[in-house]
Amino acid sequence: MDLITPEFGLVFWTLITFLVLLFILRKFAWNPILGAVSERENGIKKALASADKARQEMENLQADNQKILKEARAEREAMLKEARELKNKMIDDAKEEAKEEANKLVAQAQAAIETEKKAAIADLKAQVAALTISIAEKVLGEELSNKGKQEKLVESMLDDTSLN
Amino acid sequence: MQRISNKVFKAEKMTSKTLKRKFLTALILAVSFIGFAKEPAKEGEEGKEKFDPKEMILHHVKDAYGMHIATFNADKENELHLTIPLPVIVYTDKGLTTFSSSAFHHDYHGHEIVERNGQRFVNVHEKVYVLDPGALEVAYDEEGHPINAHRPKFDISITRNVLMMWVSISVLFLIFLTAARRYNKSDNYVPSGVASFVEPLIVFVRDEIARPMIGEHKYKRYMPYLLTIFFFIWINNIFGLIPILNGANLSGNIAFTFTLAVLTFIITTVSGNKNYWKHIFWMPGVPVPMKIFLMPIEIIGMFVKPISLMIRLFANITAGHVIILALMSLIFVFKTVAIAPVSVAFSLFITVIEVIVTAIQAYIFTILSALYFGMATEEEHH
Repeated sequence: MDLITPEFGLVFWTLITFLVLLFILRKFAWNPILGAVSERENGIKKALASADKARQEMENLQADNQKILKEARAEREAMLKEARELKNKMIDDAKEEAKEEANKLVAQAQAAIETEKKAAIADLKAQVAALTISIAEKVLGEELSNKGKQEKLVESMLDDTSLN
Repeated sequence: MQRISNKVFKAEKMTSKTLKRKFLTALILAVSFIGFAKEPAKEGEEGKEKFDPKEMILHHVKDAYGMHIATFNADKENELHLTIPLPVIVYTDKGLTTFSSSAFHHDYHGHEIVERNGQRFVNVHEKVYVLDPGALEVAYDEEGHPINAHRPKFDISITRNVLMMWVSISVLFLIFLTAARRYNKSDNYVPSGVASFVEPLIVFVRDEIARPMIGEHKYKRYMPYLLTIFFFIWINNIFGLIPILNGANLSGNIAFTFTLAVLTFIITTVSGNKNYWKHIFWMPGVPVPMKIFLMPIEIIGMFVKPISLMIRLFANITAGHVIILALMSLIFVFKTVAIAPVSVAFSLFITVIEVIVTAIQAYIFTILSALYFGMATEEEHH
């Protein structure tokens, strides 16, 4: 029974000792240690958060760079395309113009040729007429003197004359 | 070993009236080894007193007025006790009386009478009695209780358990005040030295005991108490295992566990909120007859919780001591060293288990206290 009966003396000293222990350790050990631990934990949390934030910012920055780069590329592409189009257009225009010019020249030349041809034909006609007249004069003259001779003359004259 | 054998020699010398007592646990445990152990002597040899393991074990696990460390030349003319005398402080009708425990001359059978302040004091089984006026020596009834002496009104002697308690708190102060100084703001509160050893334990109490049991919002208030009981119980459990600190069975003493359990009870009761009391006196969510039926059960439960805390720690630690001592007693029960290897092997095994138990019991006491605080402060959530 002794064993399971709390002794007043030991209860008394345990109570006093425990309370002293509790108050001293609370003031000089638990509060500083727990404070330091939670302070450090907060510090770690903050550091992690800021690292996360920095990474996020870095990513944003990179994304921005990428975007700018992309835009620049697109712009260059557009400019090149425009230039190419312009060049093609200029070439096409020049070609068109040249063609038109050539066509015009050809037309003019054809017109000139036609004119020349007409003039030549007219000239030929005139010459043929004149020749015919002269031949007719000679033929007429011959005929008047000698019939046979006149015929020979006409024939020789016709041989000499080339119709060109 | 040394502790046990010293104790045993002392007990051997001083027990004369207990010849017929049964061999307790020791004998039961020893039955299997009887093959190579000698038959225990039925009667003590002439002139030599019989060894009684029960007496020895009980004297070990209980408190004492002096801190006995060793006895040299036992049972001889020049017998020498190595004892740290401790102050006996008693308050009687005639006021406060103090004297050194050495005045009893290692007697705890009521033979040595100490006269102080006009009163006669005797030590009967490590309890100081005041002899009634006129009585010259103690008379006992059939059960061995003194009939002509009474306990003083208050006995606040510095017993060996009190001494060990003070040694243990000195160690706690040394460890934790040193640790606390190790945290410097300049070092970003990074622990070093002893702090890096105690910090995981403190964080363990916070994250594994206080936070889950009490809750994130309220646990901070209870942290100092929980940390203090955890380390106070643990260190005293450990001190109880050190053999040379003869009889440091503080955490296996019911007065110690009683005090801590009462503190837990007081804190639980004081911090109990409306919801807690409602659950005790008028259980929500059940029919009225059930509410009436549950009320007495809950009221009993309020008290059973700290009582279970008290008994659990006391019984676990005391049982560990009793087993180790019983195993050691085998050597003296059988009066042969042949049994010693078995005793030593078994008690080593038990001691190793006890090392784990020291931490487990401290943990259980703390986590249950935290659980009760958590129940007391739980908010209504329906």
